[in-house]
Amino acid sequence: MCGIAGLIHRGKTSNVGSELQQMLQALKHRGPDSTGYALYADNDGKNFILRFKVGENVGEGSSSVNEDASVYDERKKLVDQMLNTLGAKIIKEDRLTPYSFRYEMEYDKDLMEFSKKIESIENVEILSIGKSLELIKDLGDAKVVSERYGLGDLKGTHAIGHARMATESGVDIKSAHPFWGYPFSDVSVVHNGQLTNYWNNRRVLENKGMRFMSECDSELIAVYLAEKMRNGATLEEGMKDSLSGLDGVFTYFVATKDSLGMAKDTMAAKPLVLYESDDLVAMGSEEIAIRSILPQEIDTYDPFDGEVKVWQI
Amino acid sequence: MANIKTEEKKTKAQSMGLHTEVLKGKTQQKFFNPDEAENFYYWGTYDVDFNKRTNLDVMNMDCKEANKKIDELMSQGYGTIVIKNPQGKHSLGVGILNKLNLIFEGSLGYFGIGSIDGPTVRVNGRVGWSCAENMMAGKVVIEKNAGSCFGAALRGGDLICKGSVGARTGIDQKGGTIVVGGDAGAFTGFMMQRGRIIILGDVGINLGDSMYDGTIYVGGKIGSFGSDAVESHMTKSDIDWLNRKLNVAEIGDNFDVSKMTKVVAGKKLWNYDALEPTEKKGAI
Repeated sequence: MCGIAGLIHRGKTSNVGSELQQMLQALKHRGPDSTGYALYADNDGKNFILRFKVGENVGEGSSSVNEDASVYDERKKLVDQMLNTLGAKIIKEDRLTPYSFRYEMEYDKDLMEFSKKIESIENVEILSIGKSLELIKDLGDAKVVSERYGLGDLKGTHAIGHARMATESGVDIKSAHPFWGYPFSDVSVVHNGQLTNYWNNRRVLENKGMRFMSECDSELIAVYLAEKMRNGATLEEGMKDSLSGLDGVFTYFVATKDSLGMAKDTMAAKPLVLYESDDLVAMGSEEIAIRSILPQEIDTYDPFDGEVKVWQI
Repeated sequence: MANIKTEEKKTKAQSMGLHTEVLKGKTQQKFFNPDEAENFYYWGTYDVDFNKRTNLDVMNMDCKEANKKIDELMSQGYGTIVIKNPQGKHSLGVGILNKLNLIFEGSLGYFGIGSIDGPTVRVNGRVGWSCAENMMAGKVVIEKNAGSCFGAALRGGDLICKGSVGARTGIDQKGGTIVVGGDAGAFTGFMMQRGRIIILGDVGINLGDSMYDGTIYVGGKIGSFGSDAVESHMTKSDIDWLNRKLNVAEIGDNFDVSKMTKVVAGKKLWNYDALEPTEKKGAI
């Protein structure tokens, strides 16, 4: 059934890594397979943060094929060579797990071509590119993933996250949420629900040059919105369009560098509880997610069917 | 598989049309016999004193532990129990079958106070999905908002939300009354079979979709009517009943109920001719 959570601090930064971890941990019962974070960090905004993986987590519960760890090093070398060819200058690199990396880099050309070249290397997937977006996803619950990637101290303005129960595709990182809004920097999406016109939409979008990395229906939302924005729509316009363009039941969050939005399908079939104040918006599949960071008595409500909301930082 | 036989000798309940079959063997059901009313014992109930009051802090309890503690307090005769720090936990206060004043100082998560039969409950916060599902009797007042499926399969009693509610309020409702002070989402009264729903604010799309029977009163705008839901005329008895009900619910002071829209089943969708005689009596 999956659990989603999101929060946005307006006019200030906060310890969003720790806050989102608490919210997602409270939703663990909705999705124990994998957890993902899209954190909008308090970076200086000069360089791009490139997060990518060169293999899958093949630990307990994974549906991925086991690989010799030596292939990870070979793929990383190929990525480094490709970055060099593309003219990207690596400022800093971190190897967070044997299969996932975080690079800080200088790059000033087209991100779509960049992504296509990097992902042309076998089994290499870009998790995110952005100047403030830090997208992390892996198998395990919120606490496990947070500790594995050291997210507890990460400060920022807003964040969205996902606790996944795999239903439509495998238990692996490539099917885990959030999804990056390829090829836009700093766009990410999490989704709770099922989309029934996935393949029809996917064929149309692939013909327009958009890329899909998994067979997870939720990835369609990120690609769908990215394609709308590529053609000049605002985030809110794209989200409103998705209410009729996407068929099925869904509640999803989308985040950009400076905003956070939610959309709920016209049948309101998937849950969402929302708390809104002047300086903070927090929302999640269940109220206990919000209570994990706001234990005091607050007013919350369920957004109605077909509702789209966008907040700015 | 249960050995099902039809007995010629009918009980009083069967003669009223309630049951025509009697299960035999391990799955045999015991139906209520009015002749044994004096000795009737309702399992899981206690004699409680409403003046005997206690607080219960459930901050560090899971729902099972909290519900067991409530049961334990009732068994000790406490008739007024105040629950502190519910913190949006799921399934709190379910299955209470006797008279009790139960007050939640905070919000509940999913499936709160479900399957209750008799208590008076006040929640000084919000409730999540499926609040008071399958409630049989009593009175429940929610001071803030409620999630979707509010009063799902409600069978009796008064279920009141002073704020707004989500989608599918009163889905599969079989009796009782739901009163909402604010707005309601899509599919309000979806497949409802009996009972009444009062919404003082606006409602979303597909109001009363596929309803068998029952009545929905709406004070505000209606997104759209669902399949086979039709508008009906307000009568004087409707107005009197609405005024009485809102008074009991302590909601909608000076609200002009005569301007509400009354929605009922058009009765074109289902095969009402195939109903059992007693069902037909209730539905038509």
